Amino acid sequence: MTRPLTPANKTNGRLNWTWQDGLIILAIVAVIFGIVKTAATFTGGYDPNLQMDLSPSSLPAYTAQTLLRMVAAYFLSLVFSLGYAYLAFYNKVAERVLLPLLDILQSIPVLSFLPGVVLALIGLFPGQQIGLELASVILIFTGMAWNMTFSFHQSLTGVPRELREVARVYRLSWWQNFWTLDLPAGVIGLIWNSVMSVAGGWFFLIAIESFTLGNQSFTLPGLGSYLGTAANQGNYMALGYGLMTLIGVIILIDLLIWRPLIAWGEKFKFQLVQAESVPQSFVLDFLRRSPTLRAINLRLVEPLRESIDSQFASRPAQSARTARKHPQNRNQWVNWFFVSGFAFLVLWGTWEAVLLLRLLSWADWKTVVFGAIITTLRVIAALSLSLLWTVPVGVAIGRNPRLAQLLQPVVQIAASVPATALFPVLLLALANVGGGLQIGSVLLMMLGTMWYILFNVIAGAQSIPTELFEAATVYQLDLIQRWKTVILPGIFPYLITGIITAVGGAWNASIVSEYVQFRGQTEFTLGLGSTISEASAAGNFPLLLASTVTMSLLVVLTNRLVWRRLYQLAQTKYTLL
Amino acid sequence: MKTKAAVESLSKLISVGKSYQQPNGQTITIMENINLELRTGEIVALLGPSGSGKSTLMRIIAGLIAPSNGEVLYRDRPMVGLNPGAAIVFQNSALYPWLTVFENVELGLKAIGEGPKSRRRKALRMIDIIGLDGFENAYPKELSGGMRQRVGFARALAVEPELLCMDEPFSALDVLTAENLRFELLDLWLEDKIPTQSILIVTHNIEEAVILADRIIVLGRNPGRIRADFPMTLPHYRDRKHPAFQAIVDRVYKILTNPDLDEAEPEPVAIGQSAPEPQTVKYQNLPHVRIGSVAGLLELIENRKEDLYRLGQELQLEIDDILPIVEAAKLMHLVALDEGDISLTPIGQAFLEGDIDERKNTIGEQLLKHIRLVKQIRALLTAKQNQRLAEALVLDILERHFTPQEANRQLNTAIDWGRYAELYSYDDPAGEIFLESHVPEEQDEEPVDAEPTAV
Repeated sequence: MTRPLTPANKTNGRLNWTWQDGLIILAIVAVIFGIVKTAATFTGGYDPNLQMDLSPSSLPAYTAQTLLRMVAAYFLSLVFSLGYAYLAFYNKVAERVLLPLLDILQSIPVLSFLPGVVLALIGLFPGQQIGLELASVILIFTGMAWNMTFSFHQSLTGVPRELREVARVYRLSWWQNFWTLDLPAGVIGLIWNSVMSVAGGWFFLIAIESFTLGNQSFTLPGLGSYLGTAANQGNYMALGYGLMTLIGVIILIDLLIWRPLIAWGEKFKFQLVQAESVPQSFVLDFLRRSPTLRAINLRLVEPLRESIDSQFASRPAQSARTARKHPQNRNQWVNWFFVSGFAFLVLWGTWEAVLLLRLLSWADWKTVVFGAIITTLRVIAALSLSLLWTVPVGVAIGRNPRLAQLLQPVVQIAASVPATALFPVLLLALANVGGGLQIGSVLLMMLGTMWYILFNVIAGAQSIPTELFEAATVYQLDLIQRWKTVILPGIFPYLITGIITAVGGAWNASIVSEYVQFRGQTEFTLGLGSTISEASAAGNFPLLLASTVTMSLLVVLTNRLVWRRLYQLAQTKYTLL
Repeated sequence: MKTKAAVESLSKLISVGKSYQQPNGQTITIMENINLELRTGEIVALLGPSGSGKSTLMRIIAGLIAPSNGEVLYRDRPMVGLNPGAAIVFQNSALYPWLTVFENVELGLKAIGEGPKSRRRKALRMIDIIGLDGFENAYPKELSGGMRQRVGFARALAVEPELLCMDEPFSALDVLTAENLRFELLDLWLEDKIPTQSILIVTHNIEEAVILADRIIVLGRNPGRIRADFPMTLPHYRDRKHPAFQAIVDRVYKILTNPDLDEAEPEPVAIGQSAPEPQTVKYQNLPHVRIGSVAGLLELIENRKEDLYRLGQELQLEIDDILPIVEAAKLMHLVALDEGDISLTPIGQAFLEGDIDERKNTIGEQLLKHIRLVKQIRALLTAKQNQRLAEALVLDILERHFTPQEANRQLNTAIDWGRYAELYSYDDPAGEIFLESHVPEEQDEEPVDAEPTAV
């Protein structure tokens, strides 16, 4: 006998309606209201003399606006990532262009996009708030999209051959192929990278919501500009409120969105064995058992999906014979179009860039080169200092389950706070001790990047099999030998991953840490980052271009020449079975 | 007992070949001049050692891979793209892990635009037939390997294919589960519970082929080609103990273990077969086995002349496991093969009597005498001043004869064997083969090239 596939058979959750279901409905209504209400403030004329209200009562509205910007930027990034990676995967000619391009885009610091994007959108919507809002969304987007794109492309490449063959043998249309194979295969990578992307968005929040361009300063109402204004005015009460709100929001997002998503993503793992410990989320459990959502799914979502799916189903008769000829022809056209368009863009861009760079004086070039050297030294210093404390601490936490249980949540919260929001606090401490921004910027860089290393070291230390430590004890290795033969090789792959991420972050952080607005004045120290910030604020395009290109080249080259090799070494020699 | 009558031609390959263009411009021939016809009402087994292109051949028939030359017909008409009547059961079930059993089974029906009602009916019926009732809502990871393969069958059968292709469908399962599933499939087929007209099964398990097939096609390799194609006249449900059964198994073993013994086709398909390729300066295809396995085999056959088939049965090894070991031993002239019987050569005997150092010496001598790749690596090494050789160089040479993956495996095998015989050594991170300067003490060194704090 076949068991009927009724909803009752599908899951054994609750069946009767409870007050929590009322809560879900209310939550849906409230969210919609919030979005509509907040979005209404985005329209209308731009008010150049916007005064930020630093009273705590204005925080909810500011937070809502910031959240909406983040959400918009996130979905923009998501759509971009899916489309870009899809094109790069399915079109081999496009792949050769798109992947290197992505590598370059990734190395360009967010703030270098700022003047161009803002000017373009202000030009499109003169005097209107919406232009500035869009500009900020696009800027956040430039900090979010690239790693998600890389991740999705990698997932597409990693789909086992047989699963692709199944899709072909059973004639899935591209639409079905996307929803049943490509997207599910990429879900886990996308979720983890979304977490990272959104964290990156918070990092640049202050810089993006209030900035100077030429002789004009722009401020968008939001949590970032609230924090910025509070720091600028030296209003520590407001700074405290803002920070608390920010931390609260980040923890809530983690609890309500990321954890459920990560737990849900388990379903999309390729491995066909039940894992021992899987991520859990009570929010997800609650939603899964909710009859309201099940009813919505059954009555609304399923029929809609069905009708869309059937639109795209391949007709069995036509598929075999006629399908072949046209796409190939069309593909060639697309390829040709792509290559020639790209070649044109590259040539035009290079020409324009050269024209622009000719305007730079010898002194400007000297600033750029000198700044590059100093900032490189700072990055190295920040990295070394981070390694100095994170490696021993990380190993200690990783090797001691009790300590891990105690400290991991603390470390996670500490790491989730965007370092830029803490800058003012740190600067205040530095101002009292003395030392200024030359040293301060190194600390600021560390604040943003050491966590990546710490997390990876902890994970690495946890992954070393206990037997290796037991062997070290049996053969009576002393402390130094132990580090040399067991611990360092054991954590090496993780360490490298952490360092690569950290260095990328440090370069990006140099822009905001070498050039800080604090207590009504701009403090800066010589460096490539401050050159970029300054050029961006002054609207000095030749200088901005020169310094950005220098930084991108430095990042791409060190990635290619140093990190990638170390990473390969880590994967071939130091991989634990 | 029942056999189906073969009537119409379902799928036909005429002089089909497949070759790949290497990045370095060399062409690697995977298979050539394949003539083959699948007719309605028969189960055909494609049998061959690994590397004979049996999976590729199945994919050509299913339309997943286009042949480089020759023609593929389906129901006597040229086939373009996918085979309109074929479904495939994959080796490792290839289920989508994020879809439930039911969703996996209805996948193919959904794709051809079947409505939700009839889709559900057909999928549930197939789930019922294949014995998966009660598991409709389970995810693949909740199921055992055998159950997952059942889902794979249900998914394939749900689209009611005329031709059911199976790519080693039972090889990932344990012995009992595999046997059970084989007979259930046979039941479905013989009792006409499924609308399938013909079944093509790719396998390396000789007994499996003899149990299921109405026709057995034996493939040879280098390049892949048909070496034998003969019908099975034994009535179904065949008894493994029956002398006639054993005789057929023996015959297939003989063909497989003797590369020079090509059986003429009793049933010529269309065009006759060309003679096997001329043996020019060709690299031997080194089987990927460890010297330790070869030594184990030699220990086993010491003092007796053994039938290979019995040996395989005794060791519970399938043809794909035991043949490479035998082949490696034969390449090094440690064993002799005679009509499916295997025995030690004097060198093999000497190997067994030696201690570990003498064994290494014996293998070293045999490698340098008979294995071309090892000889060449050794020659290149002694010619170089620093006595180090980048593996890329060897790979370049190999890729003129093998696909990149195969070249890699050949090199790895040669490195492995050479290392055992202490002919040369290998530095994995650097990817270099080198001659060891004989230092009595072993070095235990931790290369300093990888200090993680370096920037």
